[in-house]
Amino acid sequence: MISLLFIFLGSIFIAGIINRTTANFSGRKGQGIFQPIKDIIKLLKKGSVYSSVSSFVFKIAPSVYFSSVLTAVLFIPFGSSGALLSFDGDFVMFAYILALGKFFMIIASLDTGSSFEGMGASREALYSMLAEPAFFILLGSLGLLTGFSSFYKIFYFIHNAYSASSYISYTIGIMAALIFFALGLIENSRMPIDDPKTHLELTMIHEVMILDNSGFDLGLILYTGCLKFSMYAALAANLFLNPYFPFYLNIVIFIGIQFLYGCFIGSIESFSARFRMNQNPQVIFALSSVTLLVFIAVMILTGKFNY
Amino acid sequence: MSKLYSTLTAAVIIIVAAVSSYPAIIALAGGEQHFVLNAGFVFGPLPFMIDALSGFMILIINFTVITCILYGRKYLEHYHDMVSNINLHLFLIIVCHIAMLLVCTVQSLPGFLVAWEIMAISSFLLVIFEYWKKDNLKAGLNYLIQSHIGVLFLTVAFIWVIVITGSSDFTAIKLFSQKVPVPVSITLFILLFIGFGFKAGFVPFHTWLPYAHPAAPAHISGMMSGVIIKLGIFGILRVLLLIKSDFVIMGSIILIVSMISGLYGVMLAIIQHNLKKLLAYHSIENIGIIGIGIGMGTLGIGLHNNYLAVLGFAGGILHILNHSLFKSLLFYGAGSVYLKTHTLNIEKLGGLVKSMPKTSAFFLIPALAICGLPPFNGFVSEFLIYSGLFTGLKSLNFSFSIFVLLAICSLVIIGGLAILCFTKAFGIVFLGSPREKYPEELSEVPNSMLFPKFLITFFLIGIGLYPKVFLLSIQNVIGLFVPDMFSGGNNIFASQIDILSKVGLVGGLFLLIILIVYSVKKIVEKRKSVYESQTWGCGYVAPTGKLQYTASSFVKSYVNLIEPVLSIKKNDIVINEVFPKELKYESSPYDKIEYYLIDKNIKLIKKLLFKLYFLQNGKIQFYILYGLFFILFIILYLNIEFIISQLSSFLRMF
Repeated sequence: MISLLFIFLGSIFIAGIINRTTANFSGRKGQGIFQPIKDIIKLLKKGSVYSSVSSFVFKIAPSVYFSSVLTAVLFIPFGSSGALLSFDGDFVMFAYILALGKFFMIIASLDTGSSFEGMGASREALYSMLAEPAFFILLGSLGLLTGFSSFYKIFYFIHNAYSASSYISYTIGIMAALIFFALGLIENSRMPIDDPKTHLELTMIHEVMILDNSGFDLGLILYTGCLKFSMYAALAANLFLNPYFPFYLNIVIFIGIQFLYGCFIGSIESFSARFRMNQNPQVIFALSSVTLLVFIAVMILTGKFNY
Repeated sequence: MSKLYSTLTAAVIIIVAAVSSYPAIIALAGGEQHFVLNAGFVFGPLPFMIDALSGFMILIINFTVITCILYGRKYLEHYHDMVSNINLHLFLIIVCHIAMLLVCTVQSLPGFLVAWEIMAISSFLLVIFEYWKKDNLKAGLNYLIQSHIGVLFLTVAFIWVIVITGSSDFTAIKLFSQKVPVPVSITLFILLFIGFGFKAGFVPFHTWLPYAHPAAPAHISGMMSGVIIKLGIFGILRVLLLIKSDFVIMGSIILIVSMISGLYGVMLAIIQHNLKKLLAYHSIENIGIIGIGIGMGTLGIGLHNNYLAVLGFAGGILHILNHSLFKSLLFYGAGSVYLKTHTLNIEKLGGLVKSMPKTSAFFLIPALAICGLPPFNGFVSEFLIYSGLFTGLKSLNFSFSIFVLLAICSLVIIGGLAILCFTKAFGIVFLGSPREKYPEELSEVPNSMLFPKFLITFFLIGIGLYPKVFLLSIQNVIGLFVPDMFSGGNNIFASQIDILSKVGLVGGLFLLIILIVYSVKKIVEKRKSVYESQTWGCGYVAPTGKLQYTASSFVKSYVNLIEPVLSIKKNDIVINEVFPKELKYESSPYDKIEYYLIDKNIKLIKKLLFKLYFLQNGKIQFYILYGLFFILFIILYLNIEFIISQLSSFLRMF
C-alpha cells in the first residue's frame, strides 16, 4: 500500500521536476512544479476527437495502457512493507503486463492509418523488444544474488543474503539502479533515445504515436508516462531500502531517489543530444551488455565460478 | 448434397471423438489402459496403450479436429462446384483423425509406422485440396517427401531396435537402451529426434512447413499446425519416457535445437508478407518454446533437479495445448480473411476491422495469446517455463547457469519479436484503411463460422484466468516423466499451482481495472463533445490508403538490424538517367537454412544424377536390353557357387 502511495506521489511530481531541472540548467525560471499534472487534469476534462479511420482498438488502447502500468505498479514493494501482489516470478508477469499495454498502443497507432504514427509504432515495437533482455537478465542476476524470485523477496534480502559483502551488494545496487533508470528512459522514449520536445511530427517514437489521441485519452497517456517514470524510480529505490533501517529513513531514501531520477532525466535532456535513430539499437545492446556484467559479478559473488 | 455429406462428416468425427475421449479422460485421471487387438495376419496381435500422455494428446486432437470440421464445412461451401473433391476431402479428414488417434495409442513399432504413414499421406492429400494451383501441388509434394525422410529415420531406428532386442513392442526401446552403452543409445535418440523433428518442424527440419501451411485450406492449416506437428513432439516425449540414457545430453540437445528453432522461426516470421506463411513460421517458433520446456525438464531429470523437471515438463506440455488452441484460431481467422478478400498478401490488406469486427476480435485475442501476454493462456505456459529457468539459474552450476541464461534470453527475445510480428500482422491487416480495392464488398462471416472460434476463445481466456484446473488435469502427464514429483516434503507442484492461481487472479484484476478505467472514460466523455474527424496528417487533408505505413516499412528498422543473418532477395535499382523510366523494385524474404540445406544439396544430387541421364534415352530397345542384363545378372548371381566351382575345376585342369 505504502509503495503505491509513494509511487502516485512521485508520479505527480516527477514531470515537474524534470521540467524544472532543464529550466534551471538553461537559466530560465521555469514553470511551476505542478504545471504538467495540471495540464493532464485539464486534458482529462476535455472532449475528444476521434479519427474516422480508427476503430474500437483506438478507443480502448489508452485505457489498457494505463491499466497495464497501474497493475504493474501493484507488484512493486516498499522495503519491508511488501507489495499488494507478490508471488514467485512476479517480475515476469510485471514485464509481460507492461508489454500488453505497449501492444495496444502500437496497434492503436496503426489503427489511425497515419504514416507518422506507423513510423512511431514500428520503432516503439523494436526498441522495447530490444530492451526486454536487459530487464530479465538484471532480475535474473538479482534473483541469483538473493536466492529468491519475487520482487519483494529480492529487495528484502538484497543486502542481507551475503552478510559479509554489503558493500558489494550496494555496488551492484548502484549498477542495477542505473540500468533501471536507463530502462525507464527507453520505455518512455526520452532523451537520448528520442527527443520529446521537438515539434510533434518530428519526434520519432512515442510522441508521434499519440498524435491522434485527444482529451481524456491523451491525458491518460501522459499520466501513464509519469507513472512509468515513477515506477522505474521506485524499482531503483527499492535496491537501496533496507528492512533494518528505521522506517522514516527508508521513506527519505525512496523519495530522494524519485527526486534524483527526475533530476537525472532533466540533466540528460539538458546536456545531451538525441542519438541518430539507427544508433539506438546499439545503445540498447550496450545496456544489455552492462546487465551481463552485473550477472557475471553476481556469479563471482555467489561462488559459481568455483565449479 | 455436399452439405449433407459435411454434416455427416461432422457427426462421424464427433462420434469418434466422443468414443475416444472417454478412455482418454480415464487415462488422464490416472487409469492407464492396455488392450490388444487382433490385426489380421500382417501384424498379428497389436498392443494398444492409453496412458496420461496419450490421453492428453487424444483430447487435444479431438477438440482441434472438431473445431476444424465445424469451421471447415462452412469454409468449403465457397468451393461449391467441386462436389467430388470436397467429398474426398471430408472423408480424408476422418481418416486423418483416426490415424492420429492410432499414432497416440499403438504400442508396436511397425504398427506405429503404418499409422504414422496413413496420417502423413492423408494430410498430404488434405493439403493439396486446391491441386490445380501449381504452387500448392509443389508445396504438398515438398511436405510428402520431407515427411518421408523423417519416416526413413524412424524406420532405421525402429529396425535397429527390433534387430538388437528381437521385440517389436515399444518397450523394446527401453530394453535396447539398457543393453547398449550410452553413446549408442544417444545415437538412437538422435535418429528418433530427427525423425520426429521433421514432423514437429524443428529447425533445420522445418522447411516444408512454411510451404504446406499456406497451400492448405485454412481449417487444414489449423489442424496441421494445431495437432499434426504436435505429434512430432508427442513422439519425442514418448521416446523420452522409454529411453534410459544420459538425460543431460538429451536435454541439452533438445534445448539447443529448440532455442535455435524458436529464434529462427520468429525472426523469419516477421519478414513474411503472406499471412499464413507468417503463421507457419510462428508454429516453428512455438515448437521451439515447447522444446525449451521439454529440454529443460529432461535436463532436470538428468541433474536430479525436480524443480527444473516438473516446471519444464509442465510448461512444455501445457504449451502444446495452448499452441494448438491459439494457432488453429489464428489460421481460421486468416481463412476468413482469405475467403472475403481473396488474398493473403499482407501488403494488399488493411482496414478489415470496419467490415469484419468479430473476425478481427477473434484474431486479436489469439494474437495476444501467442505473444504470451496475460491474461491469456500463452502466458501461463511461458510463465511456468520462466519460473523453471529462473530456479535453474540459481540451483545449477556455472556452465548450466550460462546455458539457462541463454534459454531465458532467447525466450525473452522470442516474446519481444512475437509482439513486433503480431502488431504487424494484426495492425496492417485489420486496422487502418484499405490499401487496395477489394474485389467484392466485405462483410462479416456467418455466425456458424464464428462459433468454433468462440469455442476456442473460451479456452484461451479460461486457461489464462483459471490455470489451476488445467494444470491439475495434466499432473498425471507430468507424473509420467517425474515419478517422484508428489513425494518429498517440498511439494513443488502444489506450490506452483498456488502461484499460478495468483497469476490467474492478477489477470482477472487486470481485466477489471481495464473495465473500470474504460467505464470512467465513457462516463467522463458522455458530458463532453465527442466527434469524428480525419486522421491528423500534419495539415495534409487528402490522405489515401497508400500513405499508410506498410508491413515492410513497419519492420524496416528490424530488417536493417537483422539482415546479415537472414537472406532477403531484392533487385537493387541504380538510377542513372536524369529522367528515369518507370522502375520496379521487388524484395522477397528467403530462408537461408533452406537454401544451404535443401536447395544446394538438391542441385548437387541433380548434377550427379544428370551424369546417368544417358541411360534414360527413351528408346525401347535399350530398356529391353536393361531387362536382359538384369535377368542375366540374377541368373549369374543365383548360380554363383556353381559357376565358381566350375571355374575352379576348369582352372585346376592346368
